[in-house]
Amino acid sequence: MDSLLLLEQTLNGLTLGVMLFLMAAGLTLIFGVMDVINLAHGSLYMLGAFAGATVTARTGSFALGVLAGVAASAVIALLLELTLIRRLYARDHLDQVLATYAVILIANESVKIAWGPQPIFLGTPAALAGSIEIIPGVPYPAYRLAIIGAGIFAALFLWWLIARTRLGMLIRAGTTHRAIVQALGVNIQVLFALVFAIGGALAGLAGMMAGPLLAVQVGMGEQILILTFVVVVVGGLGSVRGAMAGALLVGLVDTLSRAVLPAVLRGTLDPSAADQVAANLGAVAVYLLMAVILAIRPQGLFPRHA
Amino acid sequence: MREPAPWHVRRGWIAAQIGLAALIAAPFVLTVLDRSYLLPVLTRMLAYALAAAALDLVLGYGGLVSFGHGAFLGTGAYVTGVLLHHAGQGTPVLRWPFEIAGSTDALLAFPAAAIVAGALAFLIGAVSLRTRGVHFIMITLAFAQMVYFLVLAIPEYGGTDGLMLPARNRLLDLSLDGDQPLYWLALVLLVGFLLIAQRIMEARFGLALRGARQNERRMRALGYQVYLIRLLAFTISGAAAGLAGAVLANQAGFVSPDLLSWQRSGELIMMVILGGQGTLFGPVLGAFVLLLLEEELSAVTEHWMLVLGPILLVCVLFFRRGLWGQVSRAPAHG
Repeated sequence: MDSLLLLEQTLNGLTLGVMLFLMAAGLTLIFGVMDVINLAHGSLYMLGAFAGATVTARTGSFALGVLAGVAASAVIALLLELTLIRRLYARDHLDQVLATYAVILIANESVKIAWGPQPIFLGTPAALAGSIEIIPGVPYPAYRLAIIGAGIFAALFLWWLIARTRLGMLIRAGTTHRAIVQALGVNIQVLFALVFAIGGALAGLAGMMAGPLLAVQVGMGEQILILTFVVVVVGGLGSVRGAMAGALLVGLVDTLSRAVLPAVLRGTLDPSAADQVAANLGAVAVYLLMAVILAIRPQGLFPRHA
Repeated sequence: MREPAPWHVRRGWIAAQIGLAALIAAPFVLTVLDRSYLLPVLTRMLAYALAAAALDLVLGYGGLVSFGHGAFLGTGAYVTGVLLHHAGQGTPVLRWPFEIAGSTDALLAFPAAAIVAGALAFLIGAVSLRTRGVHFIMITLAFAQMVYFLVLAIPEYGGTDGLMLPARNRLLDLSLDGDQPLYWLALVLLVGFLLIAQRIMEARFGLALRGARQNERRMRALGYQVYLIRLLAFTISGAAAGLAGAVLANQAGFVSPDLLSWQRSGELIMMVILGGQGTLFGPVLGAFVLLLLEEELSAVTEHWMLVLGPILLVCVLFFRRGLWGQVSRAPAHG
């Protein structure tokens, strides 16, 4: 494999990593602040993509689509928190898993009724349709670069929010000393609802950004949800920094192993079989990475109470 | 002289015995009613009941929420399927480092399914059990997903299309081809597992497992090797789920990678919770009820999940002890 292809695949890995980070940051914040495991996070991602794709198709504006996707996911997350998640804070993780699993069933089936079982098409926005020469002679799709840019922007925003604002201070305090935050008179219910909505907005953004790259279809949420779990487990649950490190690591390992394996296997297997084997073994690499990291550091790379 | 069991425990046993009597009578009743075509459905329910009861060992008694038991169910099914597949093709399963031939013998295939699934559970458990709570849920889910992709990576076994089986297993000289022999085999496996598991959970090992759920530190202080106890329970549970997979492979004549999927793991948890965790009989009831619901609802509407979802939500929010808790109103274990 030559170095140019490697560079391209590394950028592809970063694209995936950025989307995973947006998902993982929300999931890990929700867990960190409220001690809730939310399986329906993937459904928020899916709903964001569907809402955004629909608005884009109606208005012809991708930017409006992104706004609509983010807003829809945030609002649905808020409604979900108010009606259901709120009742689960005092429950154990098993109840949370089951209740949010039920939400997945309901969300998937509702989307299937509203939009039909076929994937819907979401094109790359016209302004980003071309490619940019990252180094002379090497073109790279502008849209993917935009995703990486947007991801970096979102990460900086999140850092600013958590490290520099009053809300962020409450979130940080909430992750470590929840009872005391409450005792100091902070309206914890409002804080929880806000954090949940922020997580939903991030998931909606990720879903909308993924739209032109992957198919917008029922079940897209669960595909990324499981990878997101790997990310937060690798990075350390509750830590946004860990989510960042884990997302980039998982994004790169997943993309590079899928890129490298077919070439390696073609030497020993016939080409069609090699592709099938490589595609699936490439998916396995991420889980192996997780197993190795857990064997060394069971609490992940950036444990919460370190 | 032992004290007589409390009334709710006896009520549970009576309900279990009535259930067993109904299951024994079922093939005859169905034949009389000319509804024998329903027997394979019951066999499938028995297999899932076995898998759900197996999951209950770790989930209900151990308090370890495994979101990856589909992997063990599917592994058992694939082991059986692969042995049958190679027996049909006349090719060896493995050439190196030692040769393993395909086989149609149930006495070989079922134990093999249990052993391979158990070994897999041992490996996954060894890593996963180093973590707690939410980590454990996510990691078992992720490992199950890894097994899913590993199986898909083997072109010979059909990838996403699954593996059609040329025949069913043979038990001694008896072919399991008819609906009845397989039904009896599934029933014997389920009842056998329940009896053994019941004994184990009342024995020292089971008490230690339940103790570790309630207060891990105290169990450690008392000198129990909590990690090893949990690992053993996880392994037994995986092996029994593998047996259930072997039954399913025979029943369907087909092994689908769907069995390994995370949805299957989710369904198994649903069965346990619906029936009542930490009761063994509850998950059996839960498996029957959930599969019945799926059958009935999918006959009524294509969008049956839209009905199942809210039912599940209501169960989680308001009926925490599950269906079995309504039969034998015992305080839940744990």
